[in-house]
Amino acid sequence: MTAGILMQLAQTLLAILLAPLLMGWTNQCRAWFQGRSAPPLTQPYRMIRKLFHKDAVIAHDASPLFRFAPYMVFACMALAAGIVPIVANDLPFSPAADAIALVGVFATARVFLALAAMDIGTSFGTLGARREMLVSFLAEPALLMVFFTTSFIAQSTQLPVIVETLAHKQFAIYPSLAFAAVAFWMVSTAENARIPVDNPTTHLELTMIHEAMILEYSARHLALIEWAVALKLFTYSALGIALFIPWGIAPAGNYGALPLAMLALVGKMAAGGLLLAFLEAISAKLRLFRVPEYLSTAFLLAVLGTLTHFLLEV
Amino acid sequence: MTDAIPVDPGFTPLAGAWWIVLLWLVLAFAGLIFQRRPHLITHLIIPLGALGALGMALIGAAGLVEPVSRFVLPIGLPDLPFHLRLDALSAFFLILLGGAAFGVTLYASGYLRHMERGALALLSLWYHLFLAGMVMVMLADDAYAFMVAWELMALSSYFLVTTDHDIPDIRRAGFLYLLIAHVGAVSLLLCFGVLQGGGQIESYSFDAIRAAEPAPFWSSVAFLLALFGFGAKAGLVPLHVWLPEAHPAAPSPVSALMSGVMLKTAIYGLLRVSFDLLGTQASWWGILVLGLGLITAVYGVIFAAVQSDMKRLLAWSSIENIGVILVGIGLAMIFHTDGKGGLAALALTATLYHAINHAFFKGLLFIGTGAVLHATGTRLMGELGGVMRFMPWTAWLTLIGALAIAGLPPLNGFVSEWLLLQAFLLSPGLSQPYLNMVIPVAAASIALAAALAAYVMVKFFGVVFLGQPRDPNLKNAHEVCWPQRLGMIWLALGCILLGLMPAQVIGWIAPVVQQLIGQTLHNDGGWLMLAPVDANRASYAPLIFFLVVLAVLLLTFLAVRKLYHGRIRRSDPWDCGYPEQDARMQDSAEGFGQPIRQIFESFMRVERETPDPFDRHPKYRGDSRDNIWLLCYAPIARLAAWLSDQTGRLQHGRIQWYLVYSFATLIFLLVFTR
Repeated sequence: MTAGILMQLAQTLLAILLAPLLMGWTNQCRAWFQGRSAPPLTQPYRMIRKLFHKDAVIAHDASPLFRFAPYMVFACMALAAGIVPIVANDLPFSPAADAIALVGVFATARVFLALAAMDIGTSFGTLGARREMLVSFLAEPALLMVFFTTSFIAQSTQLPVIVETLAHKQFAIYPSLAFAAVAFWMVSTAENARIPVDNPTTHLELTMIHEAMILEYSARHLALIEWAVALKLFTYSALGIALFIPWGIAPAGNYGALPLAMLALVGKMAAGGLLLAFLEAISAKLRLFRVPEYLSTAFLLAVLGTLTHFLLEV
Repeated sequence: MTDAIPVDPGFTPLAGAWWIVLLWLVLAFAGLIFQRRPHLITHLIIPLGALGALGMALIGAAGLVEPVSRFVLPIGLPDLPFHLRLDALSAFFLILLGGAAFGVTLYASGYLRHMERGALALLSLWYHLFLAGMVMVMLADDAYAFMVAWELMALSSYFLVTTDHDIPDIRRAGFLYLLIAHVGAVSLLLCFGVLQGGGQIESYSFDAIRAAEPAPFWSSVAFLLALFGFGAKAGLVPLHVWLPEAHPAAPSPVSALMSGVMLKTAIYGLLRVSFDLLGTQASWWGILVLGLGLITAVYGVIFAAVQSDMKRLLAWSSIENIGVILVGIGLAMIFHTDGKGGLAALALTATLYHAINHAFFKGLLFIGTGAVLHATGTRLMGELGGVMRFMPWTAWLTLIGALAIAGLPPLNGFVSEWLLLQAFLLSPGLSQPYLNMVIPVAAASIALAAALAAYVMVKFFGVVFLGQPRDPNLKNAHEVCWPQRLGMIWLALGCILLGLMPAQVIGWIAPVVQQLIGQTLHNDGGWLMLAPVDANRASYAPLIFFLVVLAVLLLTFLAVRKLYHGRIRRSDPWDCGYPEQDARMQDSAEGFGQPIRQIFESFMRVERETPDPFDRHPKYRGDSRDNIWLLCYAPIARLAAWLSDQTGRLQHGRIQWYLVYSFATLIFLLVFTR
């Protein structure tokens, strides 16, 4: 039990510390694909450090909610990182929340950020909040259907049990997971504000969603939000790995498998970041009102996954 | 039949409930007597009523553990006394009523202080009668007493809705409410008639109905009539049209009671008739309820998202929540008829949990809205904004309600949604083919409704409480007085505790589920954790969850402060190089709802008046009309008007013709009765 708790803490800390690295790697890959010279891998860390040192500039009318939101968002993301099996499937904290609760945690962070964006009362803030909530209500049903598909296979919504079923039990091929995986990828791009739904590098008013919400933030608050964004990307990647390519995650109590699990994690994450950057480089951002079509495609794929499971796998 | 009251061995919870009903009746008329002394009403009578509500909640809690108690009241028609009965189902709904009504009534004692005194006395009269009526509905043990109580509740709430009857729109809303309430009541009357088998059973008491075994056809007819009658009260789509009109029209504490508690009496009635009296018989009942519930949930939340009047927005959101509750009932029926008692227990637990949650958060949101309405004088979100600065108590407490209704952990709305989704996840266990594939997919609609509810709540809270005041006069808004704050604190605490201690709440719900289904939900997780069916299958421990978030919050905060600094500079918000920003450039309520309007355009008829671009004082008006009103109700209204016109032809003011009518009638009667 103590070992489990230590493992849990170590794993969560690892996620928090490594998250900006994944961001840096993705940015680097994207720069390569776009033919630019790439920033160093550690650029996100430098950015966060720089922001922490600055004085916070806050609008006159900001309410306490505005200053509280970044901490809340960061705490939610740290909690989410604690729920997902990253290197070891040894999570004493996981009974506190399952996959459905994970959706709830992401939703909590999002609602706080959206409310904080509306707090100052600039037109950009409300615009960002509205668009963010639009994307999220379209993405959430699809994400839940993805979780449903995996839960039907594992007969459980607990992430460690799902990993256990898929990775450490008898090997079986689940066609439904292919549909679910594509749907999950589409939803993740939307939820993490990536192309084709949002562009993380833009500050063009017509297109921005996430950036419009955090326009008023600066210094330590911005640093926390940027860190939380990186952590969200990391957690989503870890979630995708746990649901669809869980091989390599160390079973509970097996500490000998940890080095291999670390290697597997780094390899999978690097490949995932590369793929994300590649897809971002070759696709264009969608117009806002094409986003519902994109996300309903994701939803339909997830539903197809569920139906495939019932037709072929039961 | 003997009218003797059975000698009770002691003070039963039922007797206690009856005493509190008497207290409310006394208070109702005391308000009339002392109508010249408004202070007495607001400082003594209404707080006493609130204490009565608290007592009612305690009696409900006692009723859950005590054995069923009965009571015959020697009032009513000769040979037809009122039968009262307190069992677990009634007791649970008494807790719901008492818990929510305590907070709301406490709030009302502060809120009503500024009311004109004649109206205040009448309001106090109807308010207490309304409370008494709802309790009597839950206690009634025969069809006669049930209908009398149901009418008392409907009429008193009608008078409460039309408190401001000098406004034509409110009179119209009240009439619509009265009309649909009575169409529903007629349906219920027919339902009880069918249940009584057209006189085959001697008495109207529920015991006799329960013992009778009607033919399956008549059971189904009775069920459909009950669904129609209770659906009209609950706001089931397409019988919902009165709800977004009537709930906003009432004074805010009354809106809170109507949305939070009165809608639940319909849920109570549906559970009583379908599970207790009829003993769910056919699985298509469940499929019907499930389908209607899904439509209601999605329809309600879409319309909530496009509203620009804050009370109307909340009323539509109530429709959504009723839909979610009905989905739970439908699932429970399907599982129950399929012989899956454990799963039915899970679905029913989710239903009841959501019912009590909704009573608390919707009550909180309505009274929070009432506080804003009272301080600013407007319900239109487009004229509000930045209210949090002037009313921090109201804002923070309302925020708790908004987060809870948006289904965010670790508050209470999330728990019931989680349970419901777990029930959906278990539906592949059904033995009927196709059903076991379609129902899991139907869960996506619930997910959509929940996600849209978050959208609605960000809109509601963001536009009303955050941002810049859209009207300079808002700066004069003042915070509410202490009884009002206490009322809100009570309901907010309810939202938090119901969210953090689900294992205990499920323990309270267990006797009800046992009574209706004969099986309870097994919690595998102990006191800390919620783990229906099996801990390996799914579990949720909000307390741990909450503590971890709190710990991370504190650690991050301290770490950031210790390692760096806490320096802050204040400045103007960034103006994008355009220095003439003003409060009107924020999203209005219509603006925030625009994406929903665009995506779900086919559900509604949008009417818009866009201003002239050269207008110095542009006025924008946008209205999203309910298609169901235009497609179903408008033709009926036109038909009724046409029929009345035709009948009106008989009347042309010439006395000769009237004499001919009388003569013809006389002849007809003579021939007919010969």
